[in-house]
Amino acid sequence: MEMLRDANWVLSVGTFLPLAGVVLLLGVPKANEQMIKMVALLTSIATLAVGIFTLTKFDFDKAGSMQFVAEHEWIPLIKSSYLIGLDGISLPLYILSMVITLLVVIYSLNHVPDPGNPKAFFILMLVLQTGMAGTFIAQDLILFFVFFELVLLPMYFMIGVWGGENRQYASLKFFLYTMFGSALMLVAFLALFFKTGAESFSIPFLIENGGAIARNVQIWIFAGMFIGFAVKVPMFPFHTWLPDAHTQAPTQGSVILAAILLKLGTYGFVRIAIPILPEAAKAWAPYIGGLAVVGIIYGSLGCLAQTDMKRLIAFSSVAHMGFVMLGISTLTSFGMTAAMFGMVAHGLITGMLFFIAGSIKERYHTLEIKRLGGLLKQLPHLGWILGLCSMASLGLPGLAGFWGEFPAILSAYSPAPGLNETLFRVYMVIAAIGTVFAAAYLLWLYQRVAFGEPKPEFAGAAHGHGDHSHGDDHALEDVNKYEWISWTPLLIAIIVFGLMPNLLFKIIDPAVQGVLTGFKG
Amino acid sequence: MMFAASEVTEAAVALSSGWFLEHAWLIPIIPVIGFAIIILFGKRLPMKGSEIGVLSMLGSLALSAGAASQWIARVNGAAEGQFITPVVRVWNWWQIGGMKFTIGQSIDGLSIIVLVVVAFISTLVQIYSLEYLRGDRRYTHFFAALTLFSAGMLAMVVAEDMILFLLGWEIMGLCSFMLIGHWWEEGANSRAALKAFFTVRTGDIGLLVGISMLYFASNEWTTKELGLSGFSIRGISAWALSGEPGSTVILIAAIALFVAAIGKSGQFPLHTWLPDAMAGPTPVSSLLHSSTMVVAGVFLVARLYPVFFTGFDILGTGSNLITIIGGITIIIAAALAFVQNDIKKVLAYSTVSQLGYMMMGLGAGAWTPAVFHIFTHAFFKACLFLCAGSISHSASHHSFDMKKDMGGLRKFMPITFTTWIISTLALCGVFPFSGFFSKDEIIDNVGHNGYNTFMIIGLIGAFMTAAYMTRATYLTFFGTPRGAAAGEHHEEHDAHDAHDAHAPEHDTHAASGPHESGLLITVPLIILATLAFSSGLLNATPFGESWERIKTWVEPSSAVVMTAPSDDVSSLASGEEPAGEDGHHKSPCGSETPEEGLCYAPQLNHAPFAWSKAAVSLIIVFAGLIISWLLCVALYTRKDKRLVGLTQRNAVLRSGYRLLDNKYYLDALYENVIVKAITGPIAAGAYWFNQHILDGILHAVAGMSRTVAGWVYRNIDQRVVDGAVNNSGKATRGAGGVLQPVQSGKVSQYGALLFSAAAVAALVLVIINT
Repeated sequence: MEMLRDANWVLSVGTFLPLAGVVLLLGVPKANEQMIKMVALLTSIATLAVGIFTLTKFDFDKAGSMQFVAEHEWIPLIKSSYLIGLDGISLPLYILSMVITLLVVIYSLNHVPDPGNPKAFFILMLVLQTGMAGTFIAQDLILFFVFFELVLLPMYFMIGVWGGENRQYASLKFFLYTMFGSALMLVAFLALFFKTGAESFSIPFLIENGGAIARNVQIWIFAGMFIGFAVKVPMFPFHTWLPDAHTQAPTQGSVILAAILLKLGTYGFVRIAIPILPEAAKAWAPYIGGLAVVGIIYGSLGCLAQTDMKRLIAFSSVAHMGFVMLGISTLTSFGMTAAMFGMVAHGLITGMLFFIAGSIKERYHTLEIKRLGGLLKQLPHLGWILGLCSMASLGLPGLAGFWGEFPAILSAYSPAPGLNETLFRVYMVIAAIGTVFAAAYLLWLYQRVAFGEPKPEFAGAAHGHGDHSHGDDHALEDVNKYEWISWTPLLIAIIVFGLMPNLLFKIIDPAVQGVLTGFKG
Repeated sequence: MMFAASEVTEAAVALSSGWFLEHAWLIPIIPVIGFAIIILFGKRLPMKGSEIGVLSMLGSLALSAGAASQWIARVNGAAEGQFITPVVRVWNWWQIGGMKFTIGQSIDGLSIIVLVVVAFISTLVQIYSLEYLRGDRRYTHFFAALTLFSAGMLAMVVAEDMILFLLGWEIMGLCSFMLIGHWWEEGANSRAALKAFFTVRTGDIGLLVGISMLYFASNEWTTKELGLSGFSIRGISAWALSGEPGSTVILIAAIALFVAAIGKSGQFPLHTWLPDAMAGPTPVSSLLHSSTMVVAGVFLVARLYPVFFTGFDILGTGSNLITIIGGITIIIAAALAFVQNDIKKVLAYSTVSQLGYMMMGLGAGAWTPAVFHIFTHAFFKACLFLCAGSISHSASHHSFDMKKDMGGLRKFMPITFTTWIISTLALCGVFPFSGFFSKDEIIDNVGHNGYNTFMIIGLIGAFMTAAYMTRATYLTFFGTPRGAAAGEHHEEHDAHDAHDAHAPEHDTHAASGPHESGLLITVPLIILATLAFSSGLLNATPFGESWERIKTWVEPSSAVVMTAPSDDVSSLASGEEPAGEDGHHKSPCGSETPEEGLCYAPQLNHAPFAWSKAAVSLIIVFAGLIISWLLCVALYTRKDKRLVGLTQRNAVLRSGYRLLDNKYYLDALYENVIVKAITGPIAAGAYWFNQHILDGILHAVAGMSRTVAGWVYRNIDQRVVDGAVNNSGKATRGAGGVLQPVQSGKVSQYGALLFSAAAVAALVLVIINT
C-alpha cells in the first residue's frame, strides 16, 4: 500500500487537540460554568477546524492510499510503534467524530444533564473525542487497542453519573461486556503478533504477512477479534448491553454512542480482521451474514415490542447495524463500500433520532409512547424533524439511509467467490423483508407520537390549538436555538448525502478496493 | 443540482431531436424546486405557497408538451418501422465496487405519454385544490406534498436507470403517506396513511429483490454489449430479449417485480389499502389514488416489458401470473363496488378494477391498449373523483355517503352532473367515449392473443362496471334528495372530510342548500370531461390505421437494431423490416434470438378491429346499464318488497353479501391476524427472549464469575499468594476505590478476572497452534 507522508502532523494535532482542551479545563474553577463551556466549545471548534484542514489537504485522487502517515518509536520492547495514517475508509468516520462532538458540545451548552457538573462532563466528552479519532487513525494494533479502550472509560462515567434511574446497572453492563470483548480481541492481537514472527504490530505489515498463517489458526484468531468487534457493533446475540446503555445514557451519551462508538466495531472488521485474515474471513462470512440478518429481523421485532421511544431507537440500531454487517460479510468491495456508507448514514440519522428523543424527554419528562401524541400539533418543527429522520432511517431513497441499506442488500446477491451464493441470496431476501419491518416500527412510532391530538395530560401545555402561527405563547418550547444549531448540519448532511451519494462513495470506494487486495492473491 | 459530474450526451444521428427532448430531465426538477420553495417560504407568500405549486406544475406541463411535440416530429421523421432510439442524457451519480453508475433521462414514447398525463392532471388538480382546500389548516403543507408527489412520479417516468426509478417510486409512497394522513388528528386517517405506506412497502420487497437480481444477472452482458450498467432500463430490456438470460433467473426477477406492481397498483391481494386511502382529501384521491400514482405499478410492467415478456413467455401461453392477478382483481373489486355507500369508495374499487384491466392487458401482450387505457382512464377517473369532491364541497355538506346525503342532485349541479355522466359513460366503455377505445381494445387483444378465459373475464367486468356505476349515478343524482342534499344540517361532521376550518362556510352552504361549485372547481371538471369524451380518438382503431396515433407514437418498434460493439448507442441503425401477416411488421424480437443486433422491444400482435366483436361488448355494457337502472329504480325509489332486504332473507345472498361487506375478510386477515401476531406475541416473544434468555445467560455468567472471584480471593489470594501479590492486590483495590462511588469495586474484580482469563486463553491458543 502506498504511504503518503506529507503534512503528517495534522493527524496528531487533530487527535490530541481535545486533550489540550482538557488540560485547560482542569485549570478552570468548577463554578465558572460559562468559562468551562466556552473552553469546551472553542476546543471542539478548533478540533473540527483541524479536521477541515485535513480534508483540504487530503488527496482525493489517492483516497485508496494511506495519507498523512507518521511513524515514531513508541514501545520498542513489544515492537509497537506510533504509526498513524488516514485513508478513504477512516476519513469519513474521523471527520464525523469531530463533527458529532462539536454538535454535542453545542447541544450541551444549555442541556447539561443532572446532576450537573459541566466541568467533568465536558472533560469526559473531550477525552472521548481523542479516543474516537485515535481509533480511526491508528495503524498499529496496540495503538488501536489503547484508543479503543480509552473510549470506554469516559462513556462508562457518562452513563454511570449522568444517566437515568437504572444507570448503575446499564453502565456496568456496558463496561464489562465491552471489556470482555476487548480482552478476547487483545488475545487475538497477541496471537497474531506471535504467529507472524513477533516482528511488528503495524497493520500494513500484518496485512502483508497475515495471509500466510495456517487457515485453522486464522479461524481461531478471527474468533477473538470477532467477539471483540461484534460486541461493539453490536451484533446479535451480543447486543443486550446496547438498549440498556442507550436508554440510561444522557442524550449526549446516546448520540455519541450511536453515531461513533458502534462504528468502532464495524470499522475494526473492515480495517483489521478481514484484510489481515482473509482465509478466516471467508470461513466466518456465512455466520456473520447469518447473524446480521437475524439481527435485522430480531432488532425490528424488538422495536415493535417497545413502549419507550428511546429504547425503540436503540433496538433499531441493532437492525441497522445488521445491514452494515451483511454488507461486510459479502467480502466484496460492493458490500463493504455499502457498509461504510451505512455506518456514516446510521451515525447521522440515529444520532439525530437520539437528539430528538432527548428533546422530547426534556419537554414531556417521559418517553413512554403511550403518553405521547400530537407532537406535530404541539411542537410542529420537532414533529417534522422526527418525520424526516424516521423516513431517512427506514431507507427512503433520496436520503442518506438508502445508500447504506439498498446496496448492502444488493451486494448479498453476489458474495465473494467461494461463498455460498444460495445462502447469501436467502440473506438478501430476509434483509429486504427487514426493510418492511423498519417501515413498520418507525411509522408506527411516528403515528403514535406525532399524529393525533396531544394527550390530555399535556394538552394544556401549549396554546393555540390547530393553529401554529408564530407568536403564540407556547408553554412547551418548539425547537430552540441551540437545537437548531446543533441539528441543522446533520439534517443537511442527511439530505445532501442522499442526493449526492458520490461525495462519500468516491472517497470510500478506492480505499475499500485497497483493503480487499489481499483477497485477489 | 445533483448533476455536477461529466455529461455523456447521446443523440441519435438520423433522428430529429430538440431542446425539450434533450432537457426533459428538467420536468421533474421544476416541482422539486417548487417543493423546496413552498416548504421553506410558503407560509410567507401571498397565496400561502399554492401559487408556487400551480406554477411549477404549469412549467412541467409546458416542458412536457414541448417534449411531446418534438417526439412526434422525431417519430414522423423516421423511416417506416425504424427503432426510435430514446433521447438519453446521463450524469455520474455514484460508484461502488469500482463501477460508476449514472442518473439521467431516457425519453421514449411511453415516457412522453405518461409525462403529459401526469403533468396535465397534476396541474388541474392543483387548480381545483385552490378552492377545495381553501382555509385548510395545513394548506401550505398540502401543496408542498402534492408538488413533491408530482416530482416523484415525473422522475420515475423519465428515469434511465432503476435506481432513479426506485427513488421516484418511493417518493410517491412518502407523499401518499403525507396526503392520506393530511388530517392526521383523526386516528382513522393516520391509520389509513400507515396502512397505505406499509402495504406498498411490503410489495417493495419485490422491487428491491427484482432490481438486485436484474443488476447482477445482466450487468456483465450490458457492460460488454452496450457499455451500460445492469441498472439501465434500456440495457435490461435489450438483455431480456437477447436470449442470454436463463429462464429461471428472468422468471423469478419478473415475479419479484410484479409483486411490487401488485402493491403499488392495488392488485389482489394487496389492494386493501387503496379504498382506505380515500381518507385523504378528494383532490389527493383524484390525483394519486386513481389517475397517476397507482398506475406506477402498471407503468413498471410496461417499462420493463421485455423482462415480463420473456419471463412469463407472454405470447406463448394462455395464462400467466399477470393475467391471473389482473383478472381476479377486475372481478373482485367490481363486486365490492356494489356494496359501498361511500361514493369515493365506489370509485376507489372501480380504480382497482380498471388497474386490473391494464395489468391483464399487459399480461396478455396487449401493451399498446393497456398503455392507452392508462391515458384515457386518467382523464375520466380524475373527473369522476373531482365530481365527487364537488358534490361534497357544495351539496352534501362534506359527506360522501350516497344513501344518506345525496340523491336528486342533477337539478342543483348541472355541470357536475353532465361531466359525471360523460365520464361514467367513458368508464363503462360506451362508444364513442374514450374508455371504449382503450378498454375494448384490451378485451379484444387479450382474446386475440389466445387468452380466451381472460377475454370473458374482461367482458364480465365490463358488465359489472356498467352496473355499479349506474347504481352510483342513480343514488347520487336521481331519486329524491336525502340528508344534507335535502338541506338537512348535520351537527356531526362525517369523519371523512372533517376539515374543521371549513365549518363557517358549511353553515352558509347548508342554509342555501345544494348548489353548483365555483369556477375553480367546474372548469377543471369541464376540461377533464371533454378529454374523457374525446381522448379516445387518439387511437381510434375502428376508424382505420391512420387514426392509431398512440400506436405510432408510443409503441416501441421491435426492429432489430444493429450495433457496433461500442458504448456509443448513437451508431444504431435500423434493420430489415420484413412485412408480416395482417399488414403488421414481423420481427424476430421476443420470439427468437436475433442472429445479429439487438432488440429493445418484443414484436407484438394487434387484433384486427371488427364491429361484430365490438357490438358484443357494447351489448353487454348496455345490458349492464339497463338492468342496473331498472333494479335501482325498483329498489331505491319504488322500494319493491321483493327486492328490499333480499340479502337478509335469502341465505345464499346473505352470505355473499357478508363476504363482500367484510371485503373477503382480507383486511381481517392482514390486520387482525398477521399484523397483530407480529406486533403482539411475536415481537413480545422476541423481546422476552432478549430480556430473559440472553440477559439471563449474561447475569448467570456474571453471578458465577463473582462467586468464583470471591472464592479465589478468600482461598487462594488470602491464603496462598497473600504476601506475594499483596502490592498488586492493593493496586487493584485502589482502582476499585476510585470507582467506589459508582460501583463499589465490582468493576475491578470483573476486570481483573477477565484479563487474567484472557491472558491464559492467549497462552493456550499460542501453545496449541505452534
